[in-house]
Amino acid sequence: MSSISFDDLKAVIGRCIGEADGQEITEGDLGTPFTDLGYDSLAVLEIASQLQREYGLKIPDEAIESMESPQAVIDYVNTSLAAV
Amino acid sequence: MSAVRDRESAPVITGVGVVAPNGLDRETWWRATLEGSSGLGRISRFDPAGYPVTVAGEATGFRAADHAPARLVAETDAMTQYAFAAANEALADAGVAEDSLADLDMAAITANSSGGVEFGQRELQKLYSEGPQAVGAYMSIAWFYAATTGQLSIRHGMRGPCGVLCSEQAGGLDVLAQARRVLAKGTRLVLSGGTDASLSPYGLVCQLSNGRLSEEPRPERAFVPFDPAAGGYVPGEGGAILVVESAADARARGAGRIYAELAGYAATTDPRPGSGRPPGIRRALELALADAGTAPEDIDVVFADGYGVPELDRQEAEAVTGVFGPAGVPVTVPKTMTGRLYAGGAALDVAAAVLALRDQVIPPSVNVRPDPAHHLDLVTDRPREASLRTALVLARGYGGFNAAVVLRAA
Repeated sequence: MSSISFDDLKAVIGRCIGEADGQEITEGDLGTPFTDLGYDSLAVLEIASQLQREYGLKIPDEAIESMESPQAVIDYVNTSLAAV
Repeated sequence: MSAVRDRESAPVITGVGVVAPNGLDRETWWRATLEGSSGLGRISRFDPAGYPVTVAGEATGFRAADHAPARLVAETDAMTQYAFAAANEALADAGVAEDSLADLDMAAITANSSGGVEFGQRELQKLYSEGPQAVGAYMSIAWFYAATTGQLSIRHGMRGPCGVLCSEQAGGLDVLAQARRVLAKGTRLVLSGGTDASLSPYGLVCQLSNGRLSEEPRPERAFVPFDPAAGGYVPGEGGAILVVESAADARARGAGRIYAELAGYAATTDPRPGSGRPPGIRRALELALADAGTAPEDIDVVFADGYGVPELDRQEAEAVTGVFGPAGVPVTVPKTMTGRLYAGGAALDVAAAVLALRDQVIPPSVNVRPDPAHHLDLVTDRPREASLRTALVLARGYGGFNAAVVLRAA
């Protein structure tokens, strides 16, 4: 696994937020801030924790703070995976 | 002692929402309550075989996803999910357009006792079996006493003087007093009441330590307050959320129904065990009547706390007969059908009291064969039609809390 896609991220979000009610994000939301999508800071923390467990990453707290949108998460994870 | 307040500024209840073991919405629960249909049964959420207590009042069939979006369900315990459902129902019942009031003019003030114990147990199990990395971020908020108030505040945009009261079973009345205080200071609408959920293995074990739970395995005999066979109480889950506003505001916006006015309230604490001083329940009752400017003969029905512990039943019966005389007022304990819901218990009794005023009928206490030594006119088995204008609700919380509320038909 050297990179993650939007669908991979969506699956991660589904696993930790348990979404199955038609409120899931779409590719059109990639650049939208999490706060505008209805995800609070704890949700982003939860998504980051799940990514750390599933992809064997170590994501520092300050990196989590800068993950403002789904695209920012994908970019950060893919940069980290490429560096491994 | 306060003078009788101006009726225009009096707090009134204009919306009621319910989740209970014998009904998952207000009218379903109320029909079951009048039919004497109990929600008590053998615990089904986990196998209780290894525990001394096997009977509880579970809100079986409740589906959180019907009442809140998935992402809110993921970050909350059942106690908060019950409040989501009951608050939706209460606000719809009151017919309040939430955007008609400024966010700073609305507040959520709920009672809590259990905390999010089921959610907490799940995360603690992850901690000791998988390590700290496995503990979810929502652990930080979901099991907190204030979680329900916080979530209701966020969800309904209520940024006024929110709060949470923890006085066990008395909390459901204490929140009404706090609602009265903030309304007097200018808040326009309060989501009041309380919900609890304490039925996980860890939650049950926490409760065992008070020594008051019933170990009787037959649901129909496990919780029989004021009965010679009383041997403790049964825990239950759920509660009620109430919309409270001033009578003037309710009339000005053309509220569909004003269930009742909060006419009087008082709280007392019990003396230190072994002090020899009397328990505080009678004083709470008398002070609430005084606060309402109401004489004992004006009270048409008493919703008793009904602990189901012989000594505590005796204390409460003595308080009631001491004020009203032997068999001087109809008394009922609809919680015989739900168990004791802790922070949700007295809130649900308030819901029962205002619906009794609405329908002019006293709901029954089920399964109880009243001990004649208590000299109570206990309404048993079947509902009793009666002319009802004023109701008294009593509540006692573990740790010495007592509270009483007088509700008057508007």
